[in-house]
Amino acid sequence: MSDLQQLYQTIILEHAKARHGAVELTPLADAVALGDASGLRVAESHQINTTCGDEITLRVSLDTETVTDLVWTGEGCSISQASASILTDTLSGLSVTSARALLDNFREMLRSRGKIEPDEEVLGDAAAFGGVSRYPARVKCAMLPWVAFEAALIEVESH
Amino acid sequence: MTSFAPSSAISATPAAQRPEPAPLTNIDVERIRNDFPVLHQAVNGHPLVYLDSGATSQNPISVMEAEQEYYEQRNAAVHRGAHTLAVEATEAFEAAREKVAAFVGAETDEIVWTSNATEAINLLAYSFSNASLGLGGPAARRFSLGAGDEIVVTEMEHHANLIPWQQLALRTGATLRFIPVLDDGTLDLLSAADVIGQHTRLLAFTHGSNVTGTINPVAELVALARKVGALVVLDACQTVPHLPVDVKALDVDFAVFSGHKMLGPTGIGVLFGKAELLADMPPFLTGGSMITTVNMQAAEFLAPPQRFEAGTQRISQAIALAAAVDYLSETGMDRVAAWEAQLGQRLVAGVAEIAGVRLLGPGLGVERLGLAAVDVAGVHAHDVGQFLDDAGIAVRVGHHCAQPLHRRLGVTASTRASTYLYNTTDEVDLFLATLAEVAPFFGVKP
Repeated sequence: MSDLQQLYQTIILEHAKARHGAVELTPLADAVALGDASGLRVAESHQINTTCGDEITLRVSLDTETVTDLVWTGEGCSISQASASILTDTLSGLSVTSARALLDNFREMLRSRGKIEPDEEVLGDAAAFGGVSRYPARVKCAMLPWVAFEAALIEVESH
Repeated sequence: MTSFAPSSAISATPAAQRPEPAPLTNIDVERIRNDFPVLHQAVNGHPLVYLDSGATSQNPISVMEAEQEYYEQRNAAVHRGAHTLAVEATEAFEAAREKVAAFVGAETDEIVWTSNATEAINLLAYSFSNASLGLGGPAARRFSLGAGDEIVVTEMEHHANLIPWQQLALRTGATLRFIPVLDDGTLDLLSAADVIGQHTRLLAFTHGSNVTGTINPVAELVALARKVGALVVLDACQTVPHLPVDVKALDVDFAVFSGHKMLGPTGIGVLFGKAELLADMPPFLTGGSMITTVNMQAAEFLAPPQRFEAGTQRISQAIALAAAVDYLSETGMDRVAAWEAQLGQRLVAGVAEIAGVRLLGPGLGVERLGLAAVDVAGVHAHDVGQFLDDAGIAVRVGHHCAQPLHRRLGVTASTRASTYLYNTTDEVDLFLATLAEVAPFFGVKP
């Protein structure tokens, strides 16, 4: 595989098109009210990649300790779109603690400039972003949805 | 000192007596390329194809040597100190000013050094802001703005020629208005005649768009401004490096451009201002080197350009920029412009051949800068840029500091190839061929 194919693995290109979790977001206040009624905490985060203007709004719903729902809207490059799609698949249903641990693992791998082999056992499909870590300019693209997830968690917990 | 002597034979000989220089060919360009060491390298296993000169240009050896020569032989603070090096540094620094002034048809004292074009525009905006506070006395009142006054820009501006004016409007209570852009990436000149009205005090617009390549009709816009007595600020960042520009012939009040886009170093920009206007403007940055007498309460300021050059100046950069101007003058700006026009038309024609790739800005046959920003349907600009980089082709991706223009054209980002005198037709063709492979790689059917 060429470096470029490593970067744009088939699974990434597929997710960039499939965009799991991408929806037209309802107003946040409605979602929060709906969540309140069913015992869910709901929060969202809007993140912008200032390099290219890519943006994402990611909404998280939690029950006492589980990520019950993840939806997002946004636009951007194939890396950021695939990352949001894979994040949705990977983190939905995980406990908050496990999701955070996975996020830390993902970030560490991405920042390693290719030095850390992605652990497929831990990361699942997100391991496909291993190639991205060799492209420092693209790490932000892959991280964008994950940063949004992290910020939304903090938002949820501050209430 | 001879290498810093102002005015070359080129400017001393009237144009009519000069033989018409032969247009540049690929053979000339190959020779030019030998002067640019950075171009001779492999990137990702391919020869570098540098098509990002619209963002920053490369430096010829003579520019780097001028900077090195300065540091090796005459490094000293200018306009202060009486020792030999200080005198030589000052002479070289001022000779550079004279050379850059002549390059754009200005008087020497009408050239103010800044760190970059952005700072040059901010210098104007803050000087006008200070005038609005009453600084500079009655003479500066012509620059003061307040509620009811209007600043007019265009929808195609680089953020550098937009945000300083937004902020000036916020500080003074003036209103910011803009001339809209048409679908083809040119200005809506019919609207311009409405937007520029009796309340317009200032018109700021770009000479050439860094995205669409549009070259704006300066004379027409200046005429509209003159009719209502508004000052004119020209952003010439994309034209001074690429076309013969004469600020006096264009009759603008102010013009800005940056050194690093015209074969010069980073860290230096230029503000041109008509002498009689600079003379009445209060300073922006204040401190050392811009004063006559100082007491504990107040200071009096030097005449322009020193009034606007507080602190230790960008000496090596100015001297290196003069070497860049020499390089361009020796090549001949007419020839540079003609070559890039040819590359620009080649880009436009080639892009039109690729299904699913949309050109932003004027199409084939319309005068434009030697650049092309494109949108590849179904593939984000960042991915396009990555694909090209893998083939050794350097382009700019993103909004190119022109978000409103991209929004107007219905895209969030684009991919821009911008040429300079050192690009060959083969490089343009390679860019086009590689661009055609982008959609298939990403599995997008045009």
